[in-house]
Amino acid sequence: MSEHKKNDDKDFETTGHSWDGIEEYNKPLPKWWLMIFYASIVWGIGYSIAYPAWPGVRTATAGLLGWSTRGNVEQAIVDHAAGLAPINDQLASVDLDAIAGDPELNTYAQNAGGAVFRTWCAQCHGSGAAGAVGYPNLLDDDWLWGGTMEDIHFTVSHGIRNEQDPDARYSEMPAFGRDDLLSQEEIEQVTNFVMTLSGETPPSPDLVAAGAEVFDINCASCHTEDGTGDRWQGAPNLTDAIWLYGGDYASIHETVHNARFGVMPPMGGAELSEAEIRAVTTYVHGLGGGEVAE
Amino acid sequence: MGILEKHGVLERNISLLAIFAFLVVTIGGLVQIVPLFYLENTIEDVEGMRPYTPLELAGRDIYIREGCYVCHSQMIRPMRDEVERYGHYSLAAESQYDHPFQWGSKRTGPDLARVGGRYSDNWHVDHLRNPQSVVPESVMPKYGFLEATLIEGEHIQDLMSTHQFVGVPYTDEMIEAGQTDFLSQADPDRDYDGLLERYGETTNVRNFDGAPGISELDALIAYLQMLGTLVDFSTFEPVASR
Repeated sequence: MSEHKKNDDKDFETTGHSWDGIEEYNKPLPKWWLMIFYASIVWGIGYSIAYPAWPGVRTATAGLLGWSTRGNVEQAIVDHAAGLAPINDQLASVDLDAIAGDPELNTYAQNAGGAVFRTWCAQCHGSGAAGAVGYPNLLDDDWLWGGTMEDIHFTVSHGIRNEQDPDARYSEMPAFGRDDLLSQEEIEQVTNFVMTLSGETPPSPDLVAAGAEVFDINCASCHTEDGTGDRWQGAPNLTDAIWLYGGDYASIHETVHNARFGVMPPMGGAELSEAEIRAVTTYVHGLGGGEVAE
Repeated sequence: MGILEKHGVLERNISLLAIFAFLVVTIGGLVQIVPLFYLENTIEDVEGMRPYTPLELAGRDIYIREGCYVCHSQMIRPMRDEVERYGHYSLAAESQYDHPFQWGSKRTGPDLARVGGRYSDNWHVDHLRNPQSVVPESVMPKYGFLEATLIEGEHIQDLMSTHQFVGVPYTDEMIEAGQTDFLSQADPDRDYDGLLERYGETTNVRNFDGAPGISELDALIAYLQMLGTLVDFSTFEPVASR
């Protein structure tokens, strides 16, 4: 058992306070503790001279090092951009179709493009690029506006049917039912016919023949006579059983009646740099459905 | 022994101790807070900032009512990764007409400070009705009920007066035209020239949710599509010391 020192040990000075006969030692703080305490005071003074600190009448002291939060982030962006400048300049200047032929450039573009895609595109096209109802799947080889590097580059830069970019891809399907261009009867007929284009069995096969005529007059100018669509107008291929808004009777009926007007914002200009646009173009082109320009 | 010996007086009188402790904390608070009210490098006037339009203001109230701020922040911090993902870092001035501000500190969802214009109105409708339909991995609840509640802005002028009272520079003319502007922003068939005159040419005027009538969904999308778009960063010159 250790020996306890008694309270009446006179080797130590007390504070002189006494409550109910209990006294308090007056022991000094440990030296090491005190040294750190004084050192941190000195450091604090130095810090407030080096960095922005003391408020004045109009402004606060700026600090000898000239550090600022804004300057800091700008410097970080500049440093990062400078590191990537050689390869980004190369990516932005080579021929679009030449990217795939340069292994180093291609690897960079695929990875950088993946990062751009996950930040800017995934919200609509899905983080795996499989799309959603109304937002095209980018993994397959079915393209609304074309799947060459050139086509994808244009779509990413200018977007589709948006108000921000005058060069955006634009087309507008008429709302055949809402605007009374077709009667309800004709819409039912053509809906049945469109289902047969991709080999579906329509609910009323006897309306198909009449529907074919309605299609010929009203739809063929954009979707072409055989229903394979027209990429110049973003008119979908109706024969491939790939549906952006659903291929069941109700969905097609809704499409004919109210039309569809899918919008994509432009990524060029303020949003993404040319190198980033080319990177994401390469990424999307490489997802599986990329086409080679003729 | 001087003043150092006098502390015994404070230690023996609990009321006096409370008063002096309060004084010390007050001085500390004043020294830290008051300079922020007048120092030039903490106050920045930025071109483009305007009070919210009546419809946006109503949308903002819905945003707060539904607790969007619990999962979404509205403050892009000045760091490279944030700037690359969300856009230019937020300026204090961009929250100057927010009472209360919506900076937030919890990001279950992404930051929304610059969500305006980033997605189409259609996307917002799809996403608010059923977030998982466009973002399968999302844990956001569905807000489809917003489109079922039609609003006419019959109390919007009171709301604007309240904001005027706490310092938002709504003019009396703006407040007087409050309900008219509220209705015309979501209905391009109405006369919206006055709205553009009062709030600027770049104000979004369209049927935001694509459905007839003005619903809470219209108001919320109008608010979201405005967020972060008021300041034109192609002409904004940041002063490094601010």
